[in-house]
Amino acid sequence: MTRMNRITKLFAEATEPILNVYATAGYPNFGDTMTVLNALQAGGVDIIEIGMPYSDPVADGETIQQSNQVSLDQGMTVAHLFEQLKNMRQTVTVPVLLMGYINPVLQYGVEAFCKKCAEVGVDGLILPDLPMAEFESEYQAIFEHYGLYNIFLITPQTTDARIAQIDAISKGFIYMVSSASTTGAKTGISSDQETYFKRIEAMNLKNPRLIGFGISDRSSFLKASESAAGAIIGSAFVKLLGQAQDLHAEIVGFVQSIKGKK
Amino acid sequence: MNQSFQVDERGYYGDFGGAFIPEMLYPNVEELRSRYLDIIAEPSFQEEFHALLKDYVGRPTPLFKAERLSAKYKTNIYLKREDLCHTGAHKVNNTIGQILVAKRLGKHKIVAETGAGQHGVATATVCALMGMECIVYMGAIDIERQAPNVARMRMLGAQVVAAQSGSKTLKDATNEAMRHWINNPVDTHYIIGSVVGPHPYPDMVARFQSVISEEMRSQLQEKEGRDYPDYVIACVGGGSNAAGAFYHFLDEPRTQLIAAEAAGQGVSTGHSAATTFLGKPGVLHGSKSLLMQTEDGQVIEPYSISAGLDYPGIGPMHANLFQTGRAKFYDITDEEALEAALECSMLEGIIPALESAHALAVFGKLHAKANEVIVVNLSGRGDKDLSTYQQRLKLND
Repeated sequence: MTRMNRITKLFAEATEPILNVYATAGYPNFGDTMTVLNALQAGGVDIIEIGMPYSDPVADGETIQQSNQVSLDQGMTVAHLFEQLKNMRQTVTVPVLLMGYINPVLQYGVEAFCKKCAEVGVDGLILPDLPMAEFESEYQAIFEHYGLYNIFLITPQTTDARIAQIDAISKGFIYMVSSASTTGAKTGISSDQETYFKRIEAMNLKNPRLIGFGISDRSSFLKASESAAGAIIGSAFVKLLGQAQDLHAEIVGFVQSIKGKK
Repeated sequence: MNQSFQVDERGYYGDFGGAFIPEMLYPNVEELRSRYLDIIAEPSFQEEFHALLKDYVGRPTPLFKAERLSAKYKTNIYLKREDLCHTGAHKVNNTIGQILVAKRLGKHKIVAETGAGQHGVATATVCALMGMECIVYMGAIDIERQAPNVARMRMLGAQVVAAQSGSKTLKDATNEAMRHWINNPVDTHYIIGSVVGPHPYPDMVARFQSVISEEMRSQLQEKEGRDYPDYVIACVGGGSNAAGAFYHFLDEPRTQLIAAEAAGQGVSTGHSAATTFLGKPGVLHGSKSLLMQTEDGQVIEPYSISAGLDYPGIGPMHANLFQTGRAKFYDITDEEALEAALECSMLEGIIPALESAHALAVFGKLHAKANEVIVVNLSGRGDKDLSTYQQRLKLND
């Protein structure tokens, strides 16, 4: 792979805070995946994170769990998702990440999975239950062969020594979990969290950071972006998907409101 | 003793095990991993652990020669009476050990998952004993079918929280307990109830339960003049009582290890929990093991009449025992377990838990010889299952 990964390019060229939005695949309806992706891009999103639904998403709170269950009940599988994404790059130009849990990837076959990701134009993966040690010994070479970045998480409890290890092995960006929590459990940013943000900022890591968990609106997005390259919104957006009457218009409006373009 | 079926330094049993956990759990699990062996080895820990096992749990539990069962099956059957442990099952061996570890880690709140409620009761019990706050997650469906254990936990001061996600049973209760730990990482210890979860849990729980086979050895020496049986039989859901019953015989080639899995209505009916028959390698609750799952890697909800055995996975130690052929696995249906429970009650005056009844149902399939010695781990008592027994064995007629 000789092309520059879209994630690297984005961070190198960005002039304003980067907005990454998470959307569960096949949600609210089985066939909505591409509609959601196109609307996110139309609204001005910088990165799209597509959630691969899983029956037992332990890092996720209620909102994302429910969306996963609805999507699975509607028949979503990894294979169906790749089918839905096969012409994605005809319209979507922003970086795309797949987020999910390791078991469905293992069952699909790690190599086959990575190959498909490269074919449809996925740029990176977020697999929260794939630990760093396993990644290094079993997965890193395959991911790199297919030009995929593996995005690691850090939390307020991650030690400086481990953050340094994660920084060394990371490509693209580091996903900075804003507080000790599952997704969607807390909203807003406390002064404790700001202290944590500043502490990490002072570490001068080689990778840029995006802050996620608890980011739901423009004010929390801007607050987080003061100490990082940008932020990630998940549960708040999934909630909108679950309630939207006019999917395209509401998604565009949501992204514009976060980016301050409305 | 160098036991080759034990966990290795990477946290694996052969191909199975590891610690597949989100970064949010890493500091807690890593703290536990780096300290559990030292803590368990401390003389003060050993002293406190064994004193509580003796005076609080009531150990050693008897090894009882079941004469009438032996006569029926023309062999020598011993029952390891874990049903006589305080709280009515082996689960308390582990919760005593883990709460002593939690204390030494400076934790003062406990979270746990429970299926049938036995582990929840055992956890609530030790939390009351140690004055620690206790939250137990239990599937909403299990709360309904195990009402007496819910009442016991509440009387012991525990907060019982219904797991409403997914299939609302044990696997979802485990998910919720993990999520609770993610949200409360500093002051809380998670007491897992079986030999599942990320390393070091399977090994730590097996060590605490290994008192079962340690006692079997000395008791057999006394009763049979040899410190090993020809067969050890135990039921396996996640597999904690089996891990304890097998532990000191893992490298004893003269002992056959027999695991009884819950076949539910039968392994090919779609209503089963027999993981070694139906599962494939996969990752659930932090470890790689055998797992009942769809082609797409989604976890399948298992079924068994016994709420303590309907888990879609199996501890990584047992997956390795299965894969290497060290243990033999039998699939026992609901009906077979019910018959075995009735038989043990009528012949020995002991009403077993439905889980343990799966182990008792293996006798008829073993064809053991007259001079052979079988030990079956009677992991729990049947009080909690009386309403099922009443219904299914038509005891009201």
